[in-house]
Amino acid sequence: MIKRVSEFLVGLIFGFGLLLSGMTDPAKVIGFLNVTGAWDPSLAFVMGGAVLLSFFAFRISRNWKSSLLGRVIILSDLKMIDIKLIIGSAIFGIGWGLSGFCPGPAIASLASGEIKSFIFVAAMLIGMGLETLSQRMRQVA
Amino acid sequence: MTINWMEFTPIESFAGGLLIGLAAALFILFHGRIMGVSGIVGGLLRSSKGDRSWRLSFLAGLILAPLITKFAGFAPAIRIEQSMIWLVVAGVLVGFGTSLGSGCTSGHGVCGIARLSPRSITATIIFMAFAMLTVWLMNKVQAGA
Repeated sequence: MIKRVSEFLVGLIFGFGLLLSGMTDPAKVIGFLNVTGAWDPSLAFVMGGAVLLSFFAFRISRNWKSSLLGRVIILSDLKMIDIKLIIGSAIFGIGWGLSGFCPGPAIASLASGEIKSFIFVAAMLIGMGLETLSQRMRQVA
Repeated sequence: MTINWMEFTPIESFAGGLLIGLAAALFILFHGRIMGVSGIVGGLLRSSKGDRSWRLSFLAGLILAPLITKFAGFAPAIRIEQSMIWLVVAGVLVGFGTSLGSGCTSGHGVCGIARLSPRSITATIIFMAFAMLTVWLMNKVQAGA
């Protein structure tokens, strides 16, 4: 139970951060991506603040056997920069540029009641489902 | 390039970034997991039943956050200027791409960079570059139309 409450609180803090930073405002995100036009560099500060704090946490926990709540630490140890990573990131980038939404902020904007947020998140789930499905089909083939 | 000073919010954005970093830090320290939203959501579609509850608790917090800030009198603007059809196209691309590329802005862009993972640094450079290119192209098309 304490784990569920704690995860919920982390989700809340993350959501507060996204809202305060401006990440949940697609027009602002596009203003950041608009480097050749009237550029709004704010979101570079978001990344700076976020990486700064989490950097230390990853350093501290690097050699831990388990987390503070006694859970196994699950980190990817993949090193290979493969074609899936490159193509996937490029496709994500195009979608992010078109909409100004990435997954976290899109979900954090759902409760604003904006119908367009729902449409985006529904489409995003379909995209994830399609990719999962195509992975399974490749495995079978 | 010119700076859009009217929109520039370095203090709020940095403070928000610190909160995001705090959340990512708490997640790894207490739960031993990467706070990557696309992975957490995508896992709901793939994972076994026992692996779902932590994902749902986290997402519940994320979804409820704007309701709480609204109640406290803080409801930041959410300006979505695209038409429905573009949002659908973009949503499918974001879902498909983050699933294929194993991460998004939070997983690769925050946690991965903080871990100095070469995969995440590569992914972040690529999705940033393609997002900037897409915005540039859209501006070109709109200016021409």
